[in-house]
Amino acid sequence: MNCEHCGERPAEVTLTEMESLDDEMKTLHLCQACAALKGVGTGSASAPIADLLAHLGGSEERDFGSDADACEYCGTRARDFRKTGRLGCPQCYAYFESQLRELLRRVHGSSQHMGKVYVSSAVDIDDDENRIETLRRRLERAVEVEDFESAAALRDQIHTLTGTS
Amino acid sequence: MSGARVFDGPELKDQGLAWLDEAGPDHEIVLSTRVRLARNVQGLPFGAKASGEERDRLLAQARAALSDADVLGDVDFWEMPTLDASDRTLLLERHLVSRELILGPEGNTPRGAALALSRRREVGLMINEEDHLRLQTLRGGFQLTRAWHDVDQLDEDIGQRLPYAFHHEFGFLTSCPTNVGTGLRASVLIHLPALVLTKQIQKVLEGMGQLGLTYRGLYGEGSKIVGNFFQVSNQTTLGRTEDDLIEQLESLVGRVIGYEKQARSVLLREAPNVLEDKVWRAYGILSHARSLSFEEMMNLLSGIRLGVSLKLLKTPRVETISRVMIHAQTAHLERAARRRLDETDADVFRATYVREALTGTETRSVEGTGDDDGDAEGRDLRLE
Repeated sequence: MNCEHCGERPAEVTLTEMESLDDEMKTLHLCQACAALKGVGTGSASAPIADLLAHLGGSEERDFGSDADACEYCGTRARDFRKTGRLGCPQCYAYFESQLRELLRRVHGSSQHMGKVYVSSAVDIDDDENRIETLRRRLERAVEVEDFESAAALRDQIHTLTGTS
Repeated sequence: MSGARVFDGPELKDQGLAWLDEAGPDHEIVLSTRVRLARNVQGLPFGAKASGEERDRLLAQARAALSDADVLGDVDFWEMPTLDASDRTLLLERHLVSRELILGPEGNTPRGAALALSRRREVGLMINEEDHLRLQTLRGGFQLTRAWHDVDQLDEDIGQRLPYAFHHEFGFLTSCPTNVGTGLRASVLIHLPALVLTKQIQKVLEGMGQLGLTYRGLYGEGSKIVGNFFQVSNQTTLGRTEDDLIEQLESLVGRVIGYEKQARSVLLREAPNVLEDKVWRAYGILSHARSLSFEEMMNLLSGIRLGVSLKLLKTPRVETISRVMIHAQTAHLERAARRRLDETDADVFRATYVREALTGTETRSVEGTGDDDGDAEGRDLRLE
């Protein structure tokens, strides 16, 4: 049978909805993509992104570049990504930046990373405030799990960055 | 410089199983907590696109980085292509490697795929998976903050030794955009028999879905739910801090634990006889069966686990049940039997193993092992 939500793709997921214990159960048969959109993870989708793209159909395909469009570093084409849901290399994010931004907003609700800021020893620190905030969170956590050795090291790092002692 | 050593391809014993002895918080409902971070190195294509040579290069870089890392101490290191199939499956059964790490798209063992495991802490990393690195930890019970702290420490350390691919807007870059940003997937393996019995489970799962959590079966993506064990994890990885993601999962799973406890007391109050019958029947079958499939065993163990945590059964301990879940998987049974087992044989071995584990009275000899050299094998089969 076909998905009861989009009516297009084969139904692979059975979703049972109940309002309360006494209510009749409502059963919905959905395809992977619609189930994913409803927030029901089945885990059986091999490439949820590819499903999502396929599901969103034509417009998304246009948005995600033409088939021949390829990352100049690794040669991954828009078509490959649509098929596998996997990018080829870190450079792909720069190459497909605007299309990915849209996709990430749909998938994650945001395209802006809010987590840890990566500072490798080879890179100049250009975002002290963010760095200090991250260190403070790590310090709190270290204290919470009673890892006092790490806590002391983190405290020293914060002092170095804030210029206090 | 830590002066730590890397041990190549050591014999597989009980590595990665320390969490079984750890009666973490809420361990009667939450079996284990896992946190993993996906990381990639600048200048190399992601796993699926990397050439054999590039995979070798990454392997060498990663190996050098972790031998210098301060937080790991001594490290056990296995390259997947050098292990035999049964040992690779054994690591999979312990949730130390993913299916993707041991099985390539053409049924081959992926070149350069490796697992590193700290001897000092419950942390390790997979190398040459879909992403270059998957940093991970596994703890007993419900301890998300602890698990995140440990992986974060490892990440800080490795990140100073390998140049991660990081984007100012998108964060840590990953092969699949569903992991980008924090690269963080935190999950808890939770046992929800009472919510299943009282038919509230769909509602709870759906509610979690709407709040940004997803669930899977015992072996992660693509695996089915057996024995009422659900692996619940965050669905999104971008747009929020790691601490937010951890806290949200912690608070929602905390609520689910509350619902499960409620459902358990409802069952005890409203249907004590039915419940008791279910638990004892499960115990009866498991302590007498002569052949058990993994799935049947899991479903019955679920009943026993419920019975033990409700004190309807005095033995075994929940830790023993978790241990059985690991050791009665096929590759673990094969290891104890020291030979490959077909499905029929495995079911017989499994039943024997479970009987011993539950009753502790049966002789430990397993029919048909061929070579019985006593002690060494006995240790493998013994529980505690």
